[in-house]
Amino acid sequence: MSYAGQPAAMGCPGCVAAPDTPEIVLPDARLILSLPTIHCQACIARVEEALNAHPGVNGARVNLTRKRVMIDADRDVTAEELAGRLRAAGFEAWELDPAALQDTLTGSTGRDLLMRMAVAGFAAMNVMLLSVAVWSGATDATRDLFHWISAAITLPALGFSAQPFFRNAWSALRAGRLNMDVPISLAIALAVATSLWETWLSGEHAYFDAALTLTFFLLAGRWLEARARSAARSAAEELTALEVPRAWKMEGGEAVQVAVAELSPGDALLIRPGARAPVDGRITAGVSEVDRSALTGETLPEVRSPGHHMSAGELNLTGPLTVVATAVGSDTSLNRLAALVAVAESGRSRYTSLADRAARLYAPGVHILAALSFAGWLVWSGDMRVAANIAAAVLIITCPCALGLAVPAVTTAASGRLFSRGLLIKNATALERLAEADTVVFDKTGTLTSGNPVLTNWSSLSEREKAAAVLLARGSSHPLSLAVIAAAEANPGQSLSAEDLREVPGYGTEGLIGGEPARLGRPDWVGAEAKGDGLCSALQVGDAPAALLTFEDSLRPGAEELVKRLLSMGLEVALLSGDRSEVAGRTAAALGISSWRAGVLPEEKAQYIRDLRDRGHRVLMVGDGLNDTAALAEAHVSVSPAQALDAARAASDIVLLGQDLSPVAEAIETAGQATRRIRENFRIATVYNVVAVPLAVAGMATPLIAALAMSLSSLTVSVNALRVAGRRK
Amino acid sequence: MNVLAYLIPVSLLLGGIGLAAFVFTLRSSQYDDPEGDSRRILGDTWDDKPRPETVRKDRPSDR
Repeated sequence: MSYAGQPAAMGCPGCVAAPDTPEIVLPDARLILSLPTIHCQACIARVEEALNAHPGVNGARVNLTRKRVMIDADRDVTAEELAGRLRAAGFEAWELDPAALQDTLTGSTGRDLLMRMAVAGFAAMNVMLLSVAVWSGATDATRDLFHWISAAITLPALGFSAQPFFRNAWSALRAGRLNMDVPISLAIALAVATSLWETWLSGEHAYFDAALTLTFFLLAGRWLEARARSAARSAAEELTALEVPRAWKMEGGEAVQVAVAELSPGDALLIRPGARAPVDGRITAGVSEVDRSALTGETLPEVRSPGHHMSAGELNLTGPLTVVATAVGSDTSLNRLAALVAVAESGRSRYTSLADRAARLYAPGVHILAALSFAGWLVWSGDMRVAANIAAAVLIITCPCALGLAVPAVTTAASGRLFSRGLLIKNATALERLAEADTVVFDKTGTLTSGNPVLTNWSSLSEREKAAAVLLARGSSHPLSLAVIAAAEANPGQSLSAEDLREVPGYGTEGLIGGEPARLGRPDWVGAEAKGDGLCSALQVGDAPAALLTFEDSLRPGAEELVKRLLSMGLEVALLSGDRSEVAGRTAAALGISSWRAGVLPEEKAQYIRDLRDRGHRVLMVGDGLNDTAALAEAHVSVSPAQALDAARAASDIVLLGQDLSPVAEAIETAGQATRRIRENFRIATVYNVVAVPLAVAGMATPLIAALAMSLSSLTVSVNALRVAGRRK
Repeated sequence: MNVLAYLIPVSLLLGGIGLAAFVFTLRSSQYDDPEGDSRRILGDTWDDKPRPETVRKDRPSDR
């Protein structure tokens, strides 16, 4: 089981680094990091140790259930530096925005239900104790006494515990609808009323225990549901938290940080290297390279200089750019893509879950059955008391205890298992839809590939060139430079010294290496001919001929394994990329995907999915970019990595927290299993009803039979659900 | 049957104590991180001496 209760609001001062001088520190900053890969006591200790050793951190407490760490730190400590520290310690860490994590509300509904459940359970146990005495033969005054005591416990206990059902039923009735809570409330109310009546008349049968156990089991189902929902909601909140909606506005020659919502067309903005453009605009100053992969899937950066256009969502790589906004907010190209999503989303909400379909059959059926037995017995025996008793028995026995547990118990077990593998289920019906998927469509950049280029021909360089390349690369934070440094760390060469190192935004870095001028950067700038189609940069030291460095986007860990497993599961796999066809083709070939398309526009991706759907396929879309959002929303079910852009994550049902892709295959298997269990659970519940309902209608159901049928069916359903959770590691 | 006069209140009292204990654990956030808590006992951080008494700010009942 995974997501219980609510997270602690902040770090625990008890974990302060120096245990000898415990002191209560007021929270200057509350930071929350997501840690998708932690799984044991050693991880907890290492994370807390690493954070507590950081200057300015007053306390850190890991919540393993939610895979987060809550940090109480001084205001000048940024989440980014703490995340960096954890990454250095070997943990994946992502920043979350605590302001967006408004768990308190969802947490308190779960708590509220748990409290009601405890009261119902306590009362049910005591009443059951008294009822057992009655069933085993207590008579006359003793029985009446026990019934009265039961009533005294039941009435206040139900008055508190069953409130959620009464409230929901009332609001449904007022709106002229029927929901599951109407038969539940009716059963509880009628059971208590007839039991009181019977007790008053010294009757033999009272259903106080049934009313309470009913409430208890139903609350258990509601609580599980609330927990899953709050987990889904906090997942969504957690993920919006990854996007920080701020921009640097130029005011009188100085950059001021403002909220993106406050920008208007005509504002001059500074876009620093490493930042995303928040608006559409025209570049007025600066030269830089721009990564458009989030919008188009294209991996090759583009050079931009004054006069060029900049679209919202594009990532600035090398030099600072000043941009005058031409379109802000909902007018930006980014938001026009988001609008495509909204249209597609409305289509998906039409999906009715198995539980809804069952409830739609169930609620009217129960009422009709109870009303018919009441009328039948009233006519047959002419005795109001007998008829009311039997109608109450019918309602109690048919009451959807097992149905109420059938779905939430399974989804909780399944999503708990998937969460421990690093998958967050955002949508309640996502598992059912995932189980139906027969075609998997992947995006390339950032999904199947990690989006980080890797240097491929390092070993072909001379030692001198290697040393020069590393020195020059250190002068820049361009992704290709970082790739050079990464390659050098893997196989280090000799060391030289560099002077006059200088980055020319949009072109590369140059400097004096051992007294000779050297350049690393765009081939045409260095004076070399770019060869082939991939990413490349050139290096020239002194008068020697320029050497070409070629790069390739590396595959995401687990991608190969995932595709292999999907194919062996008999699913169709396709690749849709906005990148050039040479690159997309290479990736497809490397992974063994035979059906692929390159240079696909966002609308075409969505159209491709629609075509598949019209041919009767259920599509699972896996993507991360803005160019995928429409397709993600259009697909039957969708998955995106946690590093994906906000809009893409919002449009998908399941979020992959870690870097590794392979859990996706497991998710499909678990979803299939979960759906099978849900169906089994419905069948189990039906079997119990088929056996018990005729007894109730025939007037042969005693409180003992009702209690047995109810408890047994609820227990079998729960145990069956736990089978999905499987063996724990 | 007079024994019932004692036994019934006693059973209610015992049940009530159980309920009160549960309410206390719920209020003091002991169900926030069941998985983490079950692993924390394996750590050796506070093996020498108990953790110093401090006010847990994250637990509303301690405020």
